[in-house]
Amino acid sequence: MNIEWYIVLSSLLFATGAVGILVRRSPMVILLCLELMLNAGNLALVAFSRMVGNQQGQVFALVVMVVAACEVVVGLGLIVAIFRRKLPLDVDRLRGLRG
Amino acid sequence: MSATSWGWLVLLFPLLGSIFIGLGFRVLPAKVAGVIGTVAIGLAFACGIGALVCLLGESPDARHHASSLWDYASAAGLHIKLGIFVDPLSTFMVLVVTGVSTLIHLYSYGYMQSDQGYHRFFSYLNFFVFSMLLLVLAGNFVLLIVGWAFVGFASYALISFWYRRTTATRAGMKAFVINVVGDIGLTLAAFMIFRELGTFEYSEVFAKAPHVFHTNEWSVTAICLLLLVGAFAKSAQLPFHTWLPDAMEGPTPVSSLIHAATMVTAGVYLIARTHALFVLAPTAADISAFVGLATLLLAGTIALVMTDLKRAIAYSTMSQIGYMIMGVSIGAYSAGMFHLMTHAFFKALLFMGAGSFISAMANKQNIDEMSGFGKAMRFTSITFICGGLALAAFPGTSGFFSKDEILAYAHARGGMYDIFQILGYFGALLTAIYTFRLIFRVLPGRPCKEAQELIDTGHLAHETPRNPATGEEEDTDVGFPGAEHHIAEQSPPMKIAMGVLAFLALFAGLIQVPGLDDVVTKFLDPVFADSPLAAIHPSNAAAWTGLAIGAAISIAGIGIAYWLYIVKPEMPGLLERRLRPVHTFLANKWYFDELIDVLVVRPALAVGRFANDVFERFVVDGLVSGTGETVRGAGGVVRAVQNGLVRSYALLLIAGFAGLALYFLIVQS
Amino acid sequence: MEAVLFFLAAIGALGGAMGVVAMRNPFYSVLALIVHLFSLAVLFLLLTSAFIAAAQVVVYAGAVMVLYVFVVAYVGGGGEPVGETLPNQRFLAILVASILFIELSAAILSSALLALGTHGPDVPAGFGDPAAIGRLLLEKFLVPFEASSLLLLIAAVGAIVLAGRKRQETA
Repeated sequence: MNIEWYIVLSSLLFATGAVGILVRRSPMVILLCLELMLNAGNLALVAFSRMVGNQQGQVFALVVMVVAACEVVVGLGLIVAIFRRKLPLDVDRLRGLRG
Repeated sequence: MSATSWGWLVLLFPLLGSIFIGLGFRVLPAKVAGVIGTVAIGLAFACGIGALVCLLGESPDARHHASSLWDYASAAGLHIKLGIFVDPLSTFMVLVVTGVSTLIHLYSYGYMQSDQGYHRFFSYLNFFVFSMLLLVLAGNFVLLIVGWAFVGFASYALISFWYRRTTATRAGMKAFVINVVGDIGLTLAAFMIFRELGTFEYSEVFAKAPHVFHTNEWSVTAICLLLLVGAFAKSAQLPFHTWLPDAMEGPTPVSSLIHAATMVTAGVYLIARTHALFVLAPTAADISAFVGLATLLLAGTIALVMTDLKRAIAYSTMSQIGYMIMGVSIGAYSAGMFHLMTHAFFKALLFMGAGSFISAMANKQNIDEMSGFGKAMRFTSITFICGGLALAAFPGTSGFFSKDEILAYAHARGGMYDIFQILGYFGALLTAIYTFRLIFRVLPGRPCKEAQELIDTGHLAHETPRNPATGEEEDTDVGFPGAEHHIAEQSPPMKIAMGVLAFLALFAGLIQVPGLDDVVTKFLDPVFADSPLAAIHPSNAAAWTGLAIGAAISIAGIGIAYWLYIVKPEMPGLLERRLRPVHTFLANKWYFDELIDVLVVRPALAVGRFANDVFERFVVDGLVSGTGETVRGAGGVVRAVQNGLVRSYALLLIAGFAGLALYFLIVQS
Repeated sequence: MEAVLFFLAAIGALGGAMGVVAMRNPFYSVLALIVHLFSLAVLFLLLTSAFIAAAQVVVYAGAVMVLYVFVVAYVGGGGEPVGETLPNQRFLAILVASILFIELSAAILSSALLALGTHGPDVPAGFGDPAAIGRLLLEKFLVPFEASSLLLLIAAVGAIVLAGRKRQETA
């Protein structure tokens, strides 16, 4: 398949992840959708790396995976902490940022 | 010392007096302030004499000197100097102003003694004299306007001297506003003079004018008409006269100085000074003469029915100034100035006498309540009669010679100007009647209760202080007249002042007896030499005929008054009932106040109200508040974005990014 | 053959993605994501990135998703309410995301990258092998490598701090 198919797929996955973030109210699922977007980015990176012919994109994708893992760890820690404090796990009800 | 040095000193002393008294009002005892004020003006009078002596030492053609302290403005063809002009006319005015002012200061020293605002009074009075002298000595139109405006302010300050009286403050404002209208006319005239002739200095303006203007050209006529607006407003002529009767709210010395002798004559001085322009605009001069005549007659008729003593004398002032304006407009320059001088004497004296009577009446001013003061206050009555005789132009008094000289000149000029003589004599008849109406109402007869108290106990009557016009009660603290009143019999300074003026009122006319001596005319001749009208002289025979007619009319007037008020005292009441509409018309001052109210005051108020209700509220407030509201609304919209919901933030983020990407896409392609 | 595999993997990826977004129960969303990750691994393989595919499966689908499963089990799988509280959020979300998708695609496809239309250049045999990636990591990208390990350390410490018990809480 031509590379452009992979790129278009990547954009589609990215958009889907964006919709998920905007629509879902559970922080868990929002994190999952965030994973979607990151993976879409990974796909694009690897596709371009294949297009260019060197492996630097793959290394980049690896580092992105590492970052995603760290971010998941911290995010899930947050969710556990919220749950521990008996706060509602609902993004609409956690409104401390209201100005 | 040169004449101009004397001139600067004349200006300096009253100014210093005013500043000194004004600044030191806490530390100076009252009497000292009064002495300083009087001495300051006395020194100014002495310097005026000095200037006179200097001038007399020169040949008549050389008697004009200009001197300037420094250049006030010098830019783009505009050269204004702070300079004075000393010539016979200004010296004459200086002497009259300072001379009468010194006597009035002396009078005030006694009269205002128990007033709480004593220092303020003398400071203002000195400032007024300074401004009047500035006006008279000014060497260019700019300084003239400065002096003119200062005099207007001083008049306002002194009319509303008893500032806690609403009638007084209102009268002060009325005087000031009408004066400002005159100021506008004067300023516009000065602008036009500069535009046409390129200079403000008197000597240059009057030299250039005949070469630049043709006779009755519209520009010079316009200049003269604008000058007349200024002159009429200051001198209380039609239609700007309504402020003068109300100005009687001020203390009596103020009325006698400002509104009889000096400020109101500024208009006469102006026309005399700018006679070179009026010669080139005969139409304007004729208009001025007719206005003077009309004012003369109008004021004379109103004075016949006035019951307030001071207001009656005020209308008399208005009438006499009509004579003066008429005189200087038709070309009788020195006659008009001579009448200015004699009028200053006898009118100031009449006001002083009126002040004395009013003090005896515990500040009441209605002649209906006064009678029998001839017995109670001998000195005041005698001096008052002297002043009245001079005013009525009784043969031999100063007023006799001065008034009839104007009328004789009018006849000598002939043609249309005979009207002025005939109607002038009619006015003289009215003058004699109303003057002796006052005298015969107040002096003879059974003493009223205040006069009786004075005769019996030698003390003045005391009553609760009241506003003489409205009758509302007052106290005697600062801002209102003082607790004690002072009459001439009990106050030496007042006696001296009134005595000197009585002497002058009776005998000052002897310096200008036709055929015998012409002191004033000869002195003022060089000033008016450039006017063809000054060459007209009534022959001695015509002059003496005029004097005879004048004498007859004066005596006839006194006789009529005698008949109406002594022989048949019921006649005035009968006449009033028979001619009630006429009486009401005159008593309401020919409804001029109402006319001006309808024509000027109401429209101005309506414009003001419109400006406030519509313009201010909707346009200005709309703009300002509207801006505020817009910003607040925008802020409200922006604030709604901060709702604390992560998802809406995320939406904004992604939408913003999408928009940006769109922009870049479009730009790329 | 390759096309078939591609489409299968693509459908799997898309389906997984839709599942994550649409499923009410977060546990099911996690499972959907696992499916999505596996499909992506297949796609990576198609792009001759063997190591990345393996890492995806082992690290992502293996470790990270297990973390998710643990937390979902701890927190509970209570479904969230169906109704939307913010007005127009759903409509705007889909609209904006569609615009985003179209823009991204348009940007890429209309760009001057001619190589997009191809399969890619011929690559040597060891392309995407662990050896090649390892060499790159230790030679050219040593600093990012070390930095990412540092990042992992920080994340671990952060997680412990966040989720640890409070000091004053008695057991």
